[in-house]
Amino acid sequence: MDIHEYQAKEILARFGVPVPRGGLAYSPEQASYQAKQLGGTAWVVKAQVHAGGRGEAGGVRVCRSDHEVADFALSLLGRTLVTRQSAPGGKLIGRLYVEEAVDIARELYFGIVLDRAAERIRVIASALGGIEIEELAAASPEAIRQVIIEPAVGFLEFQARQLAFDIGLPLELAARAGAVFRSAYRAVRDLDATMLEINPLAITREGELLALDAKVSFDDNALFRHPEIAELRDRSQEDPRESNAHDRGLAYVGLDGQIGCMINGAGLAMATLDMIELAGGRPANFLDIGGGASPERVLTAFRAVLEDGNVSVMLVNIFAGINRCDWVAQGIVDAFSELEVGIPVVVRLAGTNVRKGREIIRASGLPIVMADTLADAAAKAVAATRQAAPDGTAAPAPA
Amino acid sequence: MAILLTGQTPVLIQGITGRIAGFHASEMVAYGTHLVGGVTPGRGGEFVLGRPVFDTVRDAVAQTGAQASIVFVPPAFAADSIMEAADAGIRYCVCITDGIPVQDMMRVKRYLRRYRADRKMRLTGPNCAGTISPGQALLGIMPGHIYLPGRIGIVGRSGTLGYEAAAQLKSLGLGVSTSVGIGGDPVNGSSFADILELFEPDDATDAVVLIGEIGGPQEAQAAAYVQENMSKPVVAYIAGLAAPRGRKMGHAGAIVSTAGESAREKTEILRAAGITVAPDPSSLGETVASVLRAQGLAAAVG
Repeated sequence: MDIHEYQAKEILARFGVPVPRGGLAYSPEQASYQAKQLGGTAWVVKAQVHAGGRGEAGGVRVCRSDHEVADFALSLLGRTLVTRQSAPGGKLIGRLYVEEAVDIARELYFGIVLDRAAERIRVIASALGGIEIEELAAASPEAIRQVIIEPAVGFLEFQARQLAFDIGLPLELAARAGAVFRSAYRAVRDLDATMLEINPLAITREGELLALDAKVSFDDNALFRHPEIAELRDRSQEDPRESNAHDRGLAYVGLDGQIGCMINGAGLAMATLDMIELAGGRPANFLDIGGGASPERVLTAFRAVLEDGNVSVMLVNIFAGINRCDWVAQGIVDAFSELEVGIPVVVRLAGTNVRKGREIIRASGLPIVMADTLADAAAKAVAATRQAAPDGTAAPAPA
Repeated sequence: MAILLTGQTPVLIQGITGRIAGFHASEMVAYGTHLVGGVTPGRGGEFVLGRPVFDTVRDAVAQTGAQASIVFVPPAFAADSIMEAADAGIRYCVCITDGIPVQDMMRVKRYLRRYRADRKMRLTGPNCAGTISPGQALLGIMPGHIYLPGRIGIVGRSGTLGYEAAAQLKSLGLGVSTSVGIGGDPVNGSSFADILELFEPDDATDAVVLIGEIGGPQEAQAAAYVQENMSKPVVAYIAGLAAPRGRKMGHAGAIVSTAGESAREKTEILRAAGITVAPDPSSLGETVASVLRAQGLAAAVG
């Protein structure tokens, strides 16, 4: 789960990482009020969206009067910001963060990630801050210094000090930087974060360290023990198709094709999307109904897929282990009576209770296209898209 | 023989008194698994399917001589249960539980390193379908009837895609020696390479099917292992060609976050290591059959 920059900074500050003073605004009036409260002569107004690359996309500006703050806020709030990292549709700007402007002497990079090869936490720092770590890794890999944390003892003082010296900090700064590094690590460890990035970590003209930008992601599997983090979820930053499916307990990822998919198991779901693309089609979504799915759950999943207006064909692919084909079949039949299906539906059933499942579909007399194998299912679904216009009405078949 | 699990392996179920564990306990017993007992703290003294339930894994091992265990404990407590099994002297543990926090798994991996090699527990999973040695024993949640006993090893992250592979093999008359699920989580007990290392010397296995997916370094590590150490043919498929970068595809670990982690890149890495990669997930079985024919192994199979 991702959170906003201002939330990440609140968390970091709580763990002892210095951050600039700032305030949140939902309106231009609040933005200029926050600027006045902060005092000074310059403020940075930043769009709060869950995507990097906000600066170059026009979502961040240094303002030198409260009028300028209000004007810039007015131009941002309520519109979507399209950045290099956002989906093509962009992210809605609903909140702004107004910060005191800082005199920067140097910019460093600091990050913490899960290293899947080491199966440990990796801390990364560089003397070259303010640019994307991927760019830095490509341009000057030697400027990136790293340390792997042994989970039994944590991030040791000497490791933090070494890292600070490695990126060229002088003695008087190295001790303070080491303390900041370890504070950030403690936030990751205590809150089950999976990624933390402070870029840039600035050294001000006064010689202070300040986290000028901050990004934190959390382990969805650990949110049960951090209810205060789970509350930071911002639905406005999610694809509404995914928010709705998530609320219904479905693993759903929205894609941009026409073939709606309902599959059991993440691996089979990915393989089915692959098969659709190889057959020349485009999937509209990834959806794993999980194990032991009841007819009601199948109906719910059906509804979630059909809510995407781009879907012109539906493909159901079930290889039942702990699932039961008869329950899935019943859910599909129920969907036809409860929902306006109105599009071709291709169904492939295999595994537990497959005969019963196929019989339920046959007995229903519904216009469902049955498929025997994964390849057959994908081919039939792609063929059906060529005969169906997006609104569900019949289109002329290609010659 | 087979790897990890045979019909003689004495097995415990951790969390045996749960509803889902109870269902799978009867499935495993019906398949022929040598189930000797179960563990649920606070339920010691009860019986499930005629087998004794214990409060601790230590007591269960002392009383039953169990060597393997399968964990059905909820995510908040599963890591602790795995470490309890390791401490009690269990040699092989399968963790089915989905949703364990990744830092808990990092702690588990660190803890397992406390033991010397001769006493160290092997873990597969979490978030997997388990392990089956067809015709002998099932330590998992897969439908046993889709596996024909035979001489192909399977190792994969996904449960259902593993079923797909087994069913394709069966339809061609090809059977399975052992199928091992390593799970869809970013930090798991055993990697592909760890399991390939067991299949290579196994005299009941002629070839191995490796089913990977996007995210993480383990498929590339497997490619290096195969190139340097394996004489048996390996056939692979990497799921997620259609997956967008940076999105989590169902499994917690199925996310392309750095170079080399996409399905296309992994497929290239495997091919470069001499591994035959099936062109699509529907032709895994056919690809295995043609590799076996090319190696002159077809007669030894089925």
